[in-house]
Amino acid sequence: MNAMSHTQADNAYNFGFLDEYAKKEVRRAILKAIAIPGYQVPYASREMPMGRGFGTGGLQLTLSLIGPDEVVKVIDQGSDDSVNAVNLRRFIEMTCPGVSTTTATTECTLIQSRHRIPELPLTAQQIIVLQVPYPDPLVVVEPSEDKRKIMHGEADYSRLLVKLYEDIVKFDEITISHRYPTRINGHYVIDPSPIPRWDVPKLNDSAALTLFGAGREKKIYAVPPHTIAEPLAFSDVPFRVEDFRDEQGRRRACARCGCVDSFLDEFVADSGSKTYQCSDSDWCDMQLQQVKPLQGKPA
Amino acid sequence: MSYVAIKGGGHAIAGAAAVTEYLRTEEGLGNPAAEPLAIDAILHQLRHLVDRVVSEGGVYHPQFAALAIKQSLGDTLEAAFALRAWRSTRPRLSATPPLDTSRMRLIRRISSAFKDIPGGQMLGPTPDYALRLLRLELMDESPDAFRAVARNWLEKCPEAQLPDTFPKVLDALRAEGLLPPVTATRGQTAFDITREPLVFPVPRSAQLATMARAETGSLLAIAYSNMRGYGDVHPTVAELRVGYLPVMLPHPVTGELVEAGEVLITECEVVAMYDVQDAQVPRAQRCAGAAEADETGGKPVFTLGYGACFGHNEVKAISMAILDRALQKGMKDGASNPSEDPEFVLLHVDGVDSMGFASHYKMPHYVTFQSDLDRLRTTQQKSGEPA
Repeated sequence: MNAMSHTQADNAYNFGFLDEYAKKEVRRAILKAIAIPGYQVPYASREMPMGRGFGTGGLQLTLSLIGPDEVVKVIDQGSDDSVNAVNLRRFIEMTCPGVSTTTATTECTLIQSRHRIPELPLTAQQIIVLQVPYPDPLVVVEPSEDKRKIMHGEADYSRLLVKLYEDIVKFDEITISHRYPTRINGHYVIDPSPIPRWDVPKLNDSAALTLFGAGREKKIYAVPPHTIAEPLAFSDVPFRVEDFRDEQGRRRACARCGCVDSFLDEFVADSGSKTYQCSDSDWCDMQLQQVKPLQGKPA
Repeated sequence: MSYVAIKGGGHAIAGAAAVTEYLRTEEGLGNPAAEPLAIDAILHQLRHLVDRVVSEGGVYHPQFAALAIKQSLGDTLEAAFALRAWRSTRPRLSATPPLDTSRMRLIRRISSAFKDIPGGQMLGPTPDYALRLLRLELMDESPDAFRAVARNWLEKCPEAQLPDTFPKVLDALRAEGLLPPVTATRGQTAFDITREPLVFPVPRSAQLATMARAETGSLLAIAYSNMRGYGDVHPTVAELRVGYLPVMLPHPVTGELVEAGEVLITECEVVAMYDVQDAQVPRAQRCAGAAEADETGGKPVFTLGYGACFGHNEVKAISMAILDRALQKGMKDGASNPSEDPEFVLLHVDGVDSMGFASHYKMPHYVTFQSDLDRLRTTQQKSGEPA
């Protein structure tokens, strides 16, 4: 189907906002990124009508991949109703007439997300696009992009490992909380975008294609399906995800659905007491439908 | 136990847009004389705002720039951003050959290098020597008086015998052998930063294009660092010209160059003192792209910096010329300060990039913050434990 025919009369923008040349360029960069897992492919990122840093890189991937039969889900912080997710979804609906949007992870074919990978394992029929502020994990040890490119080519991640080691010496812990450096297919180390450590294992051997778009930094990279993704760690200091146990060592549960194996958001009430709730709002709804009796009774 | 509602994002966004629109139109409350700001009024009375936005937006469309200024309530970063986003939807259909700026229809040209220059100094519209005193009479300007000013000025204006074009000051210096000769760049197409990513090291044309649409304040700040000590370029403005440049495009059928219109631009050429070392460094040690001594057979020559941008933006063009010179030096000898480092300069001067990223910190970050909390609590716990 000719995408040009979808041009909306009222705003005269092309289907998917970008002109067709721009979309082709992004698709070529995506193919290269898939062919070289974890390699940051430079591309001439376009300005989008929302702020750099609000997901313009991810959005360019989404708009270049989107077809008229697509079912799109947009989340931010795990939630479909977060202001930024609403904004991006509305823009996609406006510029891609005919495309369906959903909040259900089970129904979508394309997910654009900021800071989370859904709890529900994704399938081979799905693509997830993650929004990236800092595409290069080496930026914490080397400010020059020119030098970092050489380090990546030589798979020279020694300074990154020294940083992890120094953390252990200083704090007895690796202090990297999110954006945890992850080695892809045994060579390139990527910044997996600011997903929590909780989500990093989901990249490994994922059935779905994971794409990363950094609009401001003008880079695209990918973790293809069923590819090895290993967070950097030491044999005696293993990688650890966020700890959601309470003072007594019991796993905290979601205050809404009762789930005890999801990433939780922490809420502080006016009284100062804390409650916890699933960060993935669609997951929370699914749990609620399946396990109604547990509702509202946290551990 | 209560839980936080997960609905409401859409309403909040719509509400924010509505209240912003209220601020734009608030003047109309109980004021029957209130009128919306006309695009023409912005184009003429706020012309330097339009100049800045076409330049930073990277597309010469003064009407849309004025519209962007109107809808952003005068925020230049936002206005340039809206224009740039509109530009993303336009395909690149054609490219101009290098345009000859000696053909500019000038409104102003000066040189600080010489007392007089061929063609003469022409001050034109500038606030340079104006006293910055508040003109209180403009507080309540009558429409009749306003309309009379331009008419009276034109009536009193003598029929000037001005030539159509003016020679470039640099040509005289070049003829004397004080500048490096123009190197042939035929066949080299200019780097298009809107279609190719910057992968360092980048050619000079990519550097110039990046600076031409840079945010004025960012460019000025880095150039200023070079001027006042974190750098050693001591520039003299050989020529600064402002005017309308004819844009030549190949005819779609015949391929012949035709004038498609003209754009208002500011162009600045700075000349900097030669580096004594330039003449002494053996030819073999000089890297490609180094000008000066080599090309003049080992004689030291002045070095050049070039700046040009859409619109009447003199501070921007001067800053760009200084940074162009600094970057050329950095490329040749290695950067000895931030303004000579192409990555440092070129990756931090784009207004759309930098304002977007600064703004993005206002978005929810609670997932990553939860992760931060987890790390801090764990490390605090460990530091409290006996070793």
